[in-house]
Amino acid sequence: MTRKQRRLSLIGVAGCVLAVALGLVLYAMNDTIVFFNSPADIQAKNVQPGTRIRLGGLVKEGSVQRGSDQQITFEVMDAQAAIQVSYKGLLPDLFREGQGIVAEGVLESPRVFRADSVLAKHDENYMPREVADTLKKQGHWMGEANAAPKTQ
Amino acid sequence: MLVEAGHFALALALGLSLIQFIVPLWGARANDPVLMAVAPAGALAVLACIAFSFVALTFAYLNSDFSVLNVVQNSHSAKPLIYKISGVWGNHEGSMLLWVLILALFGGVVALARDSVPMRLQANTLAVQAAITIAFLLFILTTSNPFTRVLPAPMEGQDLNPLLQDPGLAIHPPLLYIGYVGFSISFAFACAALIDGRIDAVWARIVRPWTLGAWAFLTLGIAMGSYWAYYELGWGGWWFWDPVENASLMPWLAGTALVHSTVVMEKRDALKVWTILLAILTFSLSLLGTFLVRSGVLTSVHSFAVDPERGTFILGILILFIGGSLTLFAWRAPMLKQGGLFAPVSREGALVLNNLFLATACATVFIGTLYPLALEVLTGEKISVGAPFFNFTFLPLIVPLLLLLPLGQTLAWKRGNFLGTAQRLYAVFGVAILASLAMLAFQHGGPVAAPLGIGLGIYLVLGSLNEIVTRSWSRGTPLSVAWRKARGLPRSTWGAAIAHAGVGLTVIGIAATAWGVETIGSVRPGERLSAGDYEVRLERVIPRVEANYRDDVAILTVFGSGRELGTIETMKRLYVTRGMPTTEAGIMTVGLGQVYASIGEVQADGSIGMRLYYKPLVLLIWIGSLVMAAGGGLSLTDRRLRIAAPARAKAVPPSAVPAE
Repeated sequence: MTRKQRRLSLIGVAGCVLAVALGLVLYAMNDTIVFFNSPADIQAKNVQPGTRIRLGGLVKEGSVQRGSDQQITFEVMDAQAAIQVSYKGLLPDLFREGQGIVAEGVLESPRVFRADSVLAKHDENYMPREVADTLKKQGHWMGEANAAPKTQ
Repeated sequence: MLVEAGHFALALALGLSLIQFIVPLWGARANDPVLMAVAPAGALAVLACIAFSFVALTFAYLNSDFSVLNVVQNSHSAKPLIYKISGVWGNHEGSMLLWVLILALFGGVVALARDSVPMRLQANTLAVQAAITIAFLLFILTTSNPFTRVLPAPMEGQDLNPLLQDPGLAIHPPLLYIGYVGFSISFAFACAALIDGRIDAVWARIVRPWTLGAWAFLTLGIAMGSYWAYYELGWGGWWFWDPVENASLMPWLAGTALVHSTVVMEKRDALKVWTILLAILTFSLSLLGTFLVRSGVLTSVHSFAVDPERGTFILGILILFIGGSLTLFAWRAPMLKQGGLFAPVSREGALVLNNLFLATACATVFIGTLYPLALEVLTGEKISVGAPFFNFTFLPLIVPLLLLLPLGQTLAWKRGNFLGTAQRLYAVFGVAILASLAMLAFQHGGPVAAPLGIGLGIYLVLGSLNEIVTRSWSRGTPLSVAWRKARGLPRSTWGAAIAHAGVGLTVIGIAATAWGVETIGSVRPGERLSAGDYEVRLERVIPRVEANYRDDVAILTVFGSGRELGTIETMKRLYVTRGMPTTEAGIMTVGLGQVYASIGEVQADGSIGMRLYYKPLVLLIWIGSLVMAAGGGLSLTDRRLRIAAPARAKAVPPSAVPAE
């Protein structure tokens, strides 16, 4: 084999691996990506039931109901809409009424969302960024300083 | 006073770094040994200044000096001593100070290694290193000053984020930073070689120990972070494909490729240009990781404070160094001479494949991590790319790499014989396939991929050991002779075999997660909850008060197949100062598996929500990583001896004189 042939074979193998990787990435992009929506987005974009989404918003005051066997329902709202969320499992430590959360799961109907994971913040002073952006856009943002007096 | 002195030392370090940057660069150009000698002296002076500054901040934490804003925000007088020390880097400013401290530490070590590194190379390397130090010192001094005073000083601090009040904080960030920042040395050496326009096997031999050391530390840092998240966050997961985790995985993948490509360069003088590029990319990915984590573009437990100014500054550093080094590469790389030839089927060929797969896998992680950010900037659409994406793209690229690993390790340099090599591994193949089939036959449920994964892991472990065995033993050799031969093999051979066996152990641990069991339920005192063959009984819940938190402790008795194994405690903890609750998981290690329990809130009917896992062989994931790093360390001892070899020869005559 000459140097040129070796180089060509190397480029060929590299091209094949890269092509496979590109194919995998493009395919996975179609299938596995999850869009973030606020309750208002779900109505505005007319998200179809059965779609997997991330839902972000504030937990509505007084809406948390604990059933038997760790079955929990609550409402997630933004300034314009609210949606009912059902979840089975342990809630994160910083899950509280009136605070921002992000839940991932499947939209069952336009009004009901079944979450399989619920994330709250890691830090007392902190609001999930997506939720903060949504509230800012809707003009209901009071700034992190108001949300938590101890700004870091 | 000490605080001001610390601040001043940091500014002084900036000035000294400027000297360390300009003078040696000029000296190397003018070939003036006096100017070049400024580099090691400067590096040591910078190290002394930054170390002093770090000590000053540490003292402020130890004395709970609440006139320093950073201490107020992240400390509390009632905090245990270990968290007062580790709290120094448990915040944005302090962690950046740790970052430059480690950077300066590496510069200092290069400065001390003057006998093993040619003077020109050392001068250029330390100059590049100084450029990085300048950028980050400027960043700290202008946007993230840890020494800012606050007047009037509050009586008490706001305490450290409770999630960080864990021994993990004392270990994980320093290890990770030594890894991240260690790659800056490979980067600086690569830039120095480009500036000089010359690169050879000696260069590779000098750079390899640095790369290997950084890689071993990064491996430990990532593994430690993973274990910390596993027990602290209470979800029982050990890898979430979170962007912050990916930020550390990318330099690790590139660094792994670099460790392998420098072998080719050292042994065969080939792959020079690629190795240089890889060294640049690896550190660029470390910088990218620092940017992602520190700028606040990602939200996670790692992003301490969101400040757009800081993000812009780090982005500037990122563009300057990545852009600058790549420009240098494009300009100078064509001047580098190409080296040794090799056949496609050879050790070199296998290592090229290794680099190809690792680089491609790294690229898919890169796309998955940055695509959501790019999309949000461009269209405003918010998406999340999670585990399914990475499992789908990353695994198909890594599995072929792992399948090739024992083969490549066995192939000869220059020109190998594929069939001959495969024959040396047939026993290993056989055992791995038998193990997979046995697992398939005996498993109750679970995916088909899991037994195959176990088989792959066994294949990797045995394949690595096979290398040692076939090199020291053949049919008819007495065992004592074989043992002596095996002990006589170079440490780098042992190191590689051990590191690769570590990969196999980790693979087994990951595959076994498929048989993990999870149960969620409510229990009252006296009631039981079971996961697989394991069962826990809630004995009672008792309150407990500590210095800066209160616990509700649930005491559980663990049963395995009906036999009592002992008790574990899991708690809800409330940190009083921040009013922030956390969950502390209760973990019992049974063999290599773990029983893992965490509690939720008390329900209306008085019962407690509980999550119980049984995770078989889960410890192998981290044990495998430790073994990998140990292999790297063992290999390092071999290299260091070799590097010192020429220096030792020179040093012999003077040392003979005083002996008399």
